[in-house]
Amino acid sequence: MREFSYDVAIIGGGPAGLAAALAAREAGAERVLILERDRELGGILQQCIHNGFGLRRFEEELTGPGYAHRYIDLVKATDIDVWLDTTVLAAEPGGVITSVSPHAGLTVVRAKSVVYAMGCRERTRGAIRTPGSRPAGVFTAGAAQRMVNMEGYLPGREVVIVGSGDIGLIMARRMTFEGAKVKAVFEIMPHSNGLTRNIVQCLEDFGIPLYLGHSVTAIHGKDRVSGVTVSKVNDKLEVIEGTAFDVDCDCVLLSVGLIPENELGRAAGLGLDPITGGARVDQFRQTSIPGFFAAGNVLHVHDLVDWVSEEAAIAGRSAARHARGELVASGRQRSVTAGEGLRTVVPQCLSAFEPGKMSVRFYFRAAKPMGASLLQFWADGALAFERKLRVVKPSEMIVADIPVRKIGDAATLEFRVLPAPEKIDAEDEIEEEA
Amino acid sequence: MTGSFGAGPLPPSADVVVIGGGVVGCAIARELSRFDLSVVLIERSPDVATGTSKANSGILHAGFDAEPGTWKARLNVRGAALYAELAEGLGIPRKATGALVVAKDATQMETVAELRHRGIDNGVAGLEIWNRDQVVAHEPNISPDVAGALWAPSGAVVCPFLATVGFAENAIRNGAHIVTECAVIGLDVADRQIVAVRTTRGRLATRFVVNAAGLHSGEVARLAGDDSFTITPRRGEYILFDRSVGQLVNTVLFPTPDKVSKGILVSPTVHGNVFIGPDAIDIDDPDDKETTAGGLAGIIAGARRIVPALPLGTAITEFAGLRAAAGKDFVIGPSLAARGLVHAAGIQSPGLTSAPAIGEVIVEMLQDVGLRLKRKAGFVPVNPEKPRFHEVDRMTQAELVATDPLFGRVICRCETITEAEIVAAIQSPCGARTVDGVKRRVRAGAGRCQGGFCGPRVTAILARELGIPVTAVRKDSADSWLFLSRAELEAGEGAHA
Repeated sequence: MREFSYDVAIIGGGPAGLAAALAAREAGAERVLILERDRELGGILQQCIHNGFGLRRFEEELTGPGYAHRYIDLVKATDIDVWLDTTVLAAEPGGVITSVSPHAGLTVVRAKSVVYAMGCRERTRGAIRTPGSRPAGVFTAGAAQRMVNMEGYLPGREVVIVGSGDIGLIMARRMTFEGAKVKAVFEIMPHSNGLTRNIVQCLEDFGIPLYLGHSVTAIHGKDRVSGVTVSKVNDKLEVIEGTAFDVDCDCVLLSVGLIPENELGRAAGLGLDPITGGARVDQFRQTSIPGFFAAGNVLHVHDLVDWVSEEAAIAGRSAARHARGELVASGRQRSVTAGEGLRTVVPQCLSAFEPGKMSVRFYFRAAKPMGASLLQFWADGALAFERKLRVVKPSEMIVADIPVRKIGDAATLEFRVLPAPEKIDAEDEIEEEA
Repeated sequence: MTGSFGAGPLPPSADVVVIGGGVVGCAIARELSRFDLSVVLIERSPDVATGTSKANSGILHAGFDAEPGTWKARLNVRGAALYAELAEGLGIPRKATGALVVAKDATQMETVAELRHRGIDNGVAGLEIWNRDQVVAHEPNISPDVAGALWAPSGAVVCPFLATVGFAENAIRNGAHIVTECAVIGLDVADRQIVAVRTTRGRLATRFVVNAAGLHSGEVARLAGDDSFTITPRRGEYILFDRSVGQLVNTVLFPTPDKVSKGILVSPTVHGNVFIGPDAIDIDDPDDKETTAGGLAGIIAGARRIVPALPLGTAITEFAGLRAAAGKDFVIGPSLAARGLVHAAGIQSPGLTSAPAIGEVIVEMLQDVGLRLKRKAGFVPVNPEKPRFHEVDRMTQAELVATDPLFGRVICRCETITEAEIVAAIQSPCGARTVDGVKRRVRAGAGRCQGGFCGPRVTAILARELGIPVTAVRKDSADSWLFLSRAELEAGEGAHA
């Protein structure tokens, strides 16, 4: 087995891995490696041929491959090593990575810092326990997207989409473009899990009905899908008797959530946040394993790739500092919790601040949709900071910068979202850090 | 001389025809392949193990349940012993986990004590009655109200697909022909003697037919004018959990049985997953494998009585299987309606366990009705080993990639299955022809993402290796197409209209 040494090794060459690699190299890491299991860089962006990427990061609207190539070109202009067609089999504490590829065989990399950037996978029918038969024609939306956009094959003629996640909405439009009939989108929750712009541009513009509060209670068909049974659900998500109806279709696409792909971390004993499904990290995106960082959808599922790039840059910079011995595992003892109205917060803990640090950026997911709201920051049980939000949606990440002077020496930090007493016209802008 | 596998032409005649490519039919074909005979197995699906053999508990029962003197009692114990002997050589994953029948109160303790005596009568070795402490020490996650249990050390788990494929492959290596996508439409009988099998692929002259048609074995019998039994499909639903919770139970956990079935169990699988199920519902349609909300809720409730803290969030798939029930015992024996026809029917639990023993008995019966048996020189009892990348140590992995670079490309991330293993599964003598066929042989797509990532890649590999277009790749059954071309969609016609 051949052995190699790197300052920073990044597992995954999607948007998180690319941004982390660049940031690590720019922050002075001499030897940086990206290990990518696919035959090209870019990750899932390569199959996202629709527009809408990069409005925040590049202030223009790019396709997924377009966004990916901005970063791939930057990486190619550096001396960052990229190993394609390479699967990481294990990444052990201490930075020992075992990988395999057809061309190089089994290889060991010793890295001073490791960044997890493996992304996420789609929740399956099995995970949501949809009864019925198991015919051909049931696909996760992302798998179908790959077949349509990269291989040029279609998963069916008459489509029902289960769940209103963004990939499902995008696939509703894609399948319509391709000439298939998209019968409906059924969402069990009373609100959509997709971005508003996708509901408008992918469903409403094409007259595709979105049924909220409806559950697909059975999939039918012996060889190929022949239809689904749908029922209304009550506020406890229980099926309401007598509301069932059937929809004929030959294809069911599932867009029912994404799960961080943390199997490598789990095998290494990584401390996980049970709600995000990702690692518990501090503001440097360092995990419970010293020298191991995490960024992107393997850490928590993002709504926009722009946020992934930003977060990965933090992880990459931190990994470079750790490789130089500048960032010691420094605490993690200050816990950050998602309180009332919130489901998740990242980072989940704080280590000692860098000198001169002015603010810390936090990312949240709301527990339920709300109108005008106040995002509150409580330090050691006292309200320390408040920000106005015009509207709150679980599908859209909330991002807030909290000044370091407001955090102070507080040992426990909590965030809450509460209804605002009055209508809010303009949100407080978040300030970009230099 | 090697046989063949696939949807090829049917030979005009055969010494013996086996109807049905489930574990029973394949075990019979393998047993017949020891002799100087032409053996043809016909199967209506594109693959073996697509009926009852693909959706069951995967348990090698110890043999204490069946009433002494029944086929079930006799064949279970013999079958379990045969697996212990054969599994490794045939490439059948088997794990000796032992089994516990869990009792909750004094009455159930009496029942398990009776089971122990019955097991002793059936020749089951090592049965013990355990007290509460012994059970809890062995199974820390068991329900705290357990009173004790029957411990059966010879209980084991096995991969039911690879059992079927292992028997089938070995039969082929020893000259048997398995013709797929070939359904029986008639049995020709002249002077009360079988003379031919008529199929969707033509007529096959033969004087000996084994009816191992599973859920359809009653219909096959009637084709020869034999209405001595009927098959009732008995559905059982299952939930399979991820390997990350594989430590939930160490052994097969049965509740104390009732009259209908062995009850809802919680069990490890041979691949390190955990499953719960099955229930037992008699239905009419032998092809209805739908799971139901009520059924799944029922097995969850039943399993919680054994292991209260079920990790429902780690469920990776749910499925239903159909048992072919024909009364209390198996239907094994010559047909009284047509000489040369021998039934291996009504094979419900413990059918998987009994399969290799059924093979032995059926061969004897064929001899009794006139089949001349001559042992073949050069019978090869084992299949060549197929390397499993994720199961070997790093040095061996490195050697595998050095011999075949495709061992270096991981296609299924969840189960770490390489392209070389998938290619081997397709190119083997009983090779996969469908996406599910690949999954059942090497577990690509059997993990937590259920093929979300590797499905398109496995489809492409199948198309390449079989030399067929992607649009001709199927999931499982003959008409289970997966993808359309753009042209087919536009035409609204074509292969998949």
